[in-house]
Amino acid sequence: MDNLKAVIEALVFVSDAPVTVAVIERILEDVSKKEISSALDDLMREYEVRSGGIFLKEVAGGYQFRTGEALTTWVLRLKGQKPMDLSPAAMETLAVVAYRQPVMKSEIERVRGVDVSGILRGLLEKNLVRIMGRKNVPGRPIIYGTTRKFLETFGLKALSDLPTLREFKELEG
Amino acid sequence: MTDRAYEIKLDIFEGPLDLLLYLIRKNEVDIYDIPIALITKQYMEYINVMKSLNLDLAGEYLVLAATLTHIKSRMLLPPSEDEEEEEAVDPREELVRQLLEYKTFKEAALGLGRMTILGRDVFSRDHAFEEEIEGNGRPLMEIGIFELVEAFRRISIDTGRHDIMEIDIEKISLSDRINDIVDELEKRGELTFADLLGEMDSRRRLIYTFLAVLELMKLRIIKAYQAVPYGTIRIRLAG
Repeated sequence: MDNLKAVIEALVFVSDAPVTVAVIERILEDVSKKEISSALDDLMREYEVRSGGIFLKEVAGGYQFRTGEALTTWVLRLKGQKPMDLSPAAMETLAVVAYRQPVMKSEIERVRGVDVSGILRGLLEKNLVRIMGRKNVPGRPIIYGTTRKFLETFGLKALSDLPTLREFKELEG
Repeated sequence: MTDRAYEIKLDIFEGPLDLLLYLIRKNEVDIYDIPIALITKQYMEYINVMKSLNLDLAGEYLVLAATLTHIKSRMLLPPSEDEEEEEAVDPREELVRQLLEYKTFKEAALGLGRMTILGRDVFSRDHAFEEEIEGNGRPLMEIGIFELVEAFRRISIDTGRHDIMEIDIEKISLSDRINDIVDELEKRGELTFADLLGEMDSRRRLIYTFLAVLELMKLRIIKAYQAVPYGTIRIRLAG
């Protein structure tokens, strides 16, 4: 396929959620995963070099166009929105879920030392946290984990892409 | 420290452990060797200010206050004979472990906050056209009860059904609704969640239908799928 890069660019452009290589492969039929990945790499580099208003990023197991940083003010003005904001309590709760998943509510509360019911509900509604199932112990407590949207929101390719807890410590100095 | 200073600080604590960490930092003491009498005294002062301000004092603050007092009293007592035999455990040990763990996650939370966040620092295309493009090759993912409940909440708000003065003429049973849904699925293969609930003219029917769907999911007779979050929910027979 001689216009492979253009086709892939178009597919990513029209998608709102990150597009996976598997989806592109299914649409293009005769193109290998390797060719698709390498075209995506080329595209990412081109946007990087151009260094304009949008960039191609690899997030949540797929590829997505995102605005460049430091353009927030203008974009928000267009959308008439407030920036996404999570309270420190929500961030702490999300951090425990992200690093301890699959995790029970009682475990989060033990770490944070406070009741987290309301905050957890908020994170579920924002679709950053999901119910993974129930633990097979008496009372069958619900276990929580993070969602694809969590990866997308924090610009992570996968959970393994999360900085380690030690890395955060070092940044903190 | 004046009361005013307390007042400013109060709402920035994320809980009793956070307050304790703050006191340790403020006094510049070693977290592994907390001067428990001093910290307990200051902690109590904060608690009393919170109480005097009639702030809604979460029970957790009082639990930690009790723990601190208990540790303090144990530090004052000579180690019991039992403890001497098994190399006296520092009464602060458990608290220190808890504090360090909390501190780790507090730092992780700050770290997450410094990352490039979608919707705050960068933006992607709007999610508004989800419905039109969702069939476009995106695989359907099985969804759980929570997504269904969320969708139900949206549908029952969307349709703006009023439940005032509803006269319940119709007798509906849950098993009838369950059978209806299974029949309909056998006939049509797939139903959207909105199909199922959209036709409902009474709130009671709406709720029974929803309960029937939940029951069928629990029994693993049907499965629900979605291509994208908040997208159309499709119901199919399992197996």
